[in-house]
Parts: sequence; structure tokens; C-alpha cells
Amino acid sequence: MSALWDYRSLLLDGLWLTVQVFVVGLALAVVVAFVLGIAGLSDHRWVRWPVSVWVEFWRGTSMLVQMFVLFYVLPFFGLEFTPFVCAVLALGLNEGAYASEIVRGTISARAKGQNEAGIALGMSKALRMRRILIPQSIPAMLPPFGNVAVDTLKNTSLVSLVTVGELTYQTQQVWKTEGHTVAIFTALLVMYFVLAMIVAGIMWLLERRFAVDRVDRRFASRFLRTSAGPGF
Amino acid sequence: MMIPTKDYWDSQYAADALPKLLDGLKLTVQISLLGFALAAVLGLLVAVVRRSKIPVISHLFSFYVLFIRGTPLLVQAIFVYFVLPKLPGVGVSLSLFWAGVVVMGVNYSAYCAEVYRAGIEDLPAGQWEAATALSLPRATTWGRVVLPQAIRSVIPILGNYLVQMFKDSAVLLGIGVVELLNSANIYGQDSYRFVEPMVMAGLLYLIVSIPASLAFRVMERRLAVNA
Repeated sequence: MSALWDYRSLLLDGLWLTVQVFVVGLALAVVVAFVLGIAGLSDHRWVRWPVSVWVEFWRGTSMLVQMFVLFYVLPFFGLEFTPFVCAVLALGLNEGAYASEIVRGTISARAKGQNEAGIALGMSKALRMRRILIPQSIPAMLPPFGNVAVDTLKNTSLVSLVTVGELTYQTQQVWKTEGHTVAIFTALLVMYFVLAMIVAGIMWLLERRFAVDRVDRRFASRFLRTSAGPGF
Repeated sequence: MMIPTKDYWDSQYAADALPKLLDGLKLTVQISLLGFALAAVLGLLVAVVRRSKIPVISHLFSFYVLFIRGTPLLVQAIFVYFVLPKLPGVGVSLSLFWAGVVVMGVNYSAYCAEVYRAGIEDLPAGQWEAATALSLPRATTWGRVVLPQAIRSVIPILGNYLVQMFKDSAVLLGIGVVELLNSANIYGQDSYRFVEPMVMAGLLYLIVSIPASLAFRVMERRLAVNA
């Protein structure tokens, strides 16, 4: 335990870098997911097909392989990124490809009448997407996005393998100099678990904030309280 | 070891790497299949025990699922390979191969347990009631009524986890298992040239995983209850 305390600044640096990789990676994933997801709904097959090939490519290989390719292969073609950029790119593009299916699926699951109402009002496709379909799909997207968020957090541990000094990397460094195998790796497991619970908690709050029946429910409870009295 | 000479892509160098990569692929497939078998059995056990009427037991197994799903695979691999041998009272020392199998199996057992749970909960209540009406013993109800139906409906979903496990086993590179990605990594390190081995490794992953996931998609359609 004392080893953990002696090296706290190193471990906290790792923790902070983990949070950074997670936030930037997840933000990139959300952007990628919306771009690919909406492009996947295009009427033109010349847009749809490349998108599905791209998505299958990122889903068909593991994130670690993708990161290694970005890290080791691209420099030969004159594209050299820092390990941090490689890590964030691999994380964002990989999780973004998964999440694009969520975006595509939830938008195409909207009730047909909603889209038709938009057409009847003479709205353009872009406007229907922006003002009707996407806002209505957000509540349905959030629970699966919660899985993506926790998954992204866990996958940040992989970036230690391209020498990004985040939590897993720093912990292994401390272990190599100090030992204390059991204590230090148990602490690492627990730290990730706590982080994952925090992320899941934030997603839960977001879900509640965007829930479809939130307004109705509040209205209903107020209505019931005033009409049926406190004993209801 | 051949030193690559061409600028962007040296086919000879790539062809030389292939036998090593295929060795890695073989190990990846072995670990995935054994790990999947472990996950399928362990997951079923967790899913059934989680329905226990004793709250301590059901909560314990719920926490197991939550904890496994809330921590990274790499960290679990490090834990199994480095910590288990040092753990007082346990002291199990696993070879790299079996550490890989155990990590993949335990990790995916949590996901499989959730899939089984969905399958069990999806079963119409009438099936349980019919078993009660026939006064079947509890073990027979599970073994002859509930599980055969629940498992049938979740087989395709479990299949997708097999594909995912195949890809995820690359993480075992982190503890030094020479699976597909690591064999590419080791091959490239000799000449500081990773283009060919890495690209070939990526292609090998795709060659296996895309047909496999297509096969499970077909199976899903065939096994669908309302087909």
C-alpha cells in the first residue's frame, strides 16, 4: 500500500491522461457515429455502400490492431502521429463505427408518420432530420450509447500498449520498480471499476434528463396529487 | 529474416511473414474456441445461480457480472497472469496459453450470462406454470423445459460473442501471448518494418471474422422463433 502512496503523483498523472483519452476519444466517436449513421441512411447507394464497407472494416478488426496499424504502418507513408493522437484516433474511429449502427438503427426506427408529417409540412430532408428525426431518436440512442461510453473507457487501457502513459501504463511502471503485485493490480482493477460506475451514472442521469415521458410523468404526478389528495 | 527493400510494400517480405502469422492465427483460434467454451458454460452457471432465491447469492453474482463488465480486459489479463500466482492462499500459476483462455472465458462469461438471462426472462410465464402444474422437480424444469428453449434462442447472439472474442484476444499481446497481432509485432521488430506484417495481420482478422459474422447472421434468421 505504501508503494501506491509514494507514487501517487505518477498514478494521478496516469489517471488524468486516462480521462483525457476517454473524453477526446468518446467525443470523436460521437461525431463519427452521427456522420456515418446519417450517411448510412442516404438514398444514394454510392454513399451507403462505402459507408457500410468502412463500418465493417472497423468492426471486423480489433481496436488494438487498428491502433498498431496507425502507430507502426502510417509513418511509412509519411503520416506520423504522436502515440496520444494514434490512441484517440483508433478509439474514436472504432467506437464511432459501432455507435454509427446505433444512430442509423434508432433513426430508421422512428414512426413513419413523423417523417411523413414533416414531408406534408414541406420540410426538406435535412430539416426533417435536424428538427424531427434526430431529436426524437436521442432518448432511444442514450442507453446503447451508455454501453459505448463504458466500452470506450475500458478500451483506454489498451493505449498503454503504444506507450501512452495512462493509468495502466503508469501502474505497470510502478510495479516494475516496486513489485507489490497483488496490491497494485487490485487497486488498478478497482480504479477502473469506480471510473466505469461514474460513467454509467452520468449516462443514467442523461437518460433521465432526455426520457420521453419525463414531462408527462411530472404532469401526471402533479395532476394526481391535486385531484386525489395526499392519501392517493 | 529478409530485410525489406521496396519503399511501400515488399511482397516477398510479406510472403515470408505469412507462416509466422498463420502460427499466431492458429493460437488465436485455439484460445478463442476454448475461451468461448468456458464462457458459455460459466455464463450459463452465473445466469442460473443469479435467479437464486437467496439474496446474498444472487447479489454476489450480479456484482460479478457488473465488475467483470466494468473493468478492462487488458487489466483482467494482467491480473490473472501476474496476480493469481502471488495471491496468498491461491497461488495458481498458469501458462500464457491457459491464462489467455481463462481471461477470455471469465471476461465473456459475464456477457454470456446477460444473454442467457435475456433468453430465460423472454420465456413465456406459461412454460414455468405448466412445469409447476405437472409438478416437475426444479431440476427437471430447468433441464428439460426452460434451458433447451432459452438456449436455442440465444445461440446466434452467443455466436457473435465468439467473433468478438476472436478479435479481442489481440489484447493478450499485453501479457506476452504470441497470438496473431503479437506474431506480426515480433516479426516487424526484427527489421523495424511493420507495414507488411501489420497489414497482413489485419487482413487475416478480416478474412476470419467477416464470413463468421455473416454465418451467424444467417443462423439468427434461421433460428428465429417466428421464422
